[in-house]
Amino acid sequence: MIYRETGQFKASYAADQAIFRLVEDRIGMGAILFLAFVVMPLVGSQYWLETIMLPFLIYSLAAIGLNLLTGYAGQLSLGTGGFMACGAFSAYKLATAFPDLHVLLVLVLAGSITAAVGILFGLPSLRIKGFYLAVATLAAQFFLLWLFNRVPWFTNYSSSGVISAPPLAIFGDIWVTGFEATPVAKYLFTLSLVSILALAAKNMTRLKIGRAWMAIRDMDIAAEIIGIRPMTTKLSAFAISSFYCGIAGALWAFVYTGAVEALAFEINVSFRVLFMIIIGGLGTICGSFMGAAFIVLLPIFLNNTLLALGLAEAVALASHLEAMIMGALIIFFLIVEPHGLARLWQILKEKLRRWPFPY
Amino acid sequence: METLEHILLQPFRSIAETPMFFLEVLIGGLMSGVMYALVALGFVLIFKASGVFNFAQGAMVLFAALFFVGFLELGWPVWLAVAGSVVVMVALAFAIERVVLRPLVNQPPIILFMATIGITFFLDGFGQTIWGSDVRRLDVGIPTTPLIVGDLYINQFDLFAAVICGLLVTVLALFFQFTPTGRALRAVADDHQAAMSVGIPLNVIWTIVWSVAGLVGLVAGVMWGSKLGVQFNLSLIALKALPVLILGGFTSVPGAIVGGLLVGAGEKVAEVFWGPLVGGAVEDWFAYVLALLFLLVRPQGLFGERIIERV
Repeated sequence: MIYRETGQFKASYAADQAIFRLVEDRIGMGAILFLAFVVMPLVGSQYWLETIMLPFLIYSLAAIGLNLLTGYAGQLSLGTGGFMACGAFSAYKLATAFPDLHVLLVLVLAGSITAAVGILFGLPSLRIKGFYLAVATLAAQFFLLWLFNRVPWFTNYSSSGVISAPPLAIFGDIWVTGFEATPVAKYLFTLSLVSILALAAKNMTRLKIGRAWMAIRDMDIAAEIIGIRPMTTKLSAFAISSFYCGIAGALWAFVYTGAVEALAFEINVSFRVLFMIIIGGLGTICGSFMGAAFIVLLPIFLNNTLLALGLAEAVALASHLEAMIMGALIIFFLIVEPHGLARLWQILKEKLRRWPFPY
Repeated sequence: METLEHILLQPFRSIAETPMFFLEVLIGGLMSGVMYALVALGFVLIFKASGVFNFAQGAMVLFAALFFVGFLELGWPVWLAVAGSVVVMVALAFAIERVVLRPLVNQPPIILFMATIGITFFLDGFGQTIWGSDVRRLDVGIPTTPLIVGDLYINQFDLFAAVICGLLVTVLALFFQFTPTGRALRAVADDHQAAMSVGIPLNVIWTIVWSVAGLVGLVAGVMWGSKLGVQFNLSLIALKALPVLILGGFTSVPGAIVGGLLVGAGEKVAEVFWGPLVGGAVEDWFAYVLALLFLLVRPQGLFGERIIERV
């Protein structure tokens, strides 16, 4: 009744190729963006902006990156944490070596360096696939973290190994990192970046390159026969995915925690991001957001529930219970809907089209 | 040039100068490789029989060890503790087959892989909720004094581990080769559908395989537990078993052993002779990079089945 395509004619190619072809979708997206850009900074407390929204947005970005690689191009990767660390440390080196460099340039360059590293560790994908590749990408995870931990050049010879991110400003004196940055500025900066990059990712998946990725994912030999180059396709997937992960890592270290340390990008981060895209939905951009929201919010929610129930006196016990419930929920979700939250959303939309007169 | 010589030549020179020390490091590495192989064995069993990449093997190792230690601390005699842990692991296999695997039949491998990560979280949390997260000492009476052969010091404990591992592999090989159940397991490993069509019950086979993997996990847990103490870290050993797996090939039991030996020896030698030159802790990643380079040359691992693909 409310949500349907009847009567919405597309009169031009541009209208036919739009991302949101229905007026209702456009209104919905507009509402979400309005909520995120205007309402959230006005009503959100510091806790909400800094402890919930920032990690959610940054994880979403990393999840989009991994989704491009794993969901669209079909290359299973467990090196996300390593690539994020790479982004964080390149951004740190760039920001300290060239203090005048604009923050956006720092992020883009850090992403590009990570992309180059991603291509390097993506090379094995030309020979191996599936779980063999997943284990091979673990090499990236462990090697990169070791490198940043052990080689003092990366931490500018700091003795403690924990270094704070240098303050950077966008538009003159609006600080987005460092001590002077306000939560609202940090939040809006991250949100804008994530929105732009998500839009770019969405469009990429609709372009030739995205179609090539999907062809490689579905059957690489068949794709090769119809003229898709496996090498450029796979390596471009690694490069672009690493670019996204690198920026996510840089944002994590600079904007969210304010400290650049390798410990923040342990193997668990890789698994969390993988969870996000699987629970959100492989091969969907909106699924990356849903999965990130789920994985970021779930522990907070569980923690508060356990606190409310009075079960959290022992911190260790609470964290064990949390792990248990988390594991059980993941299995539950996989059994109920292996295609992820994005699929549930799609089913809901199908239902909405016929509501309230299903035939 | 000087640094290159430092990294490329110096370690070999020091190996040549102290051959006995090198031999000791090598043997120590091989022995710890045996321990990796023990964990990798559980992976291979499950991957062979059900095509599931069981990330939860490490968690199963920890889970089994926690229950074993817990039973011992309750004052149970060793044989009863062993029996109790075996019962727990078999029950776990039943539960996993029933709750996780059966509803996920026919899903793509990555979904099953994720499900096993879910199991990992659950088992880690569950085991530690019951038994707590303190480090527990496990002493099953294996001597740890070094054995002196000629000029070599060999850790008696490691030797014992190697013997246990050898026994386990022999028993498993006999079981796979000569019992009807073993034959059914191999049939399922070769071709699920063909096996089902000749009347082999898939669910039962899966339960058996997961039980066997649980028992292997128990052995690995007891050995690792007596070496390092029973603690959460045991769960992370699974990560070390992964490069062992891809070196040896996912589907090969001998591959798991040889891969384990290669990784163990390689990383110990690298750590002792090359580690100090680049800041130490080479052990963290050496196995992975070794496996990665190896895969570039031989994608299916040492003994893995050749992957043949058709459109």
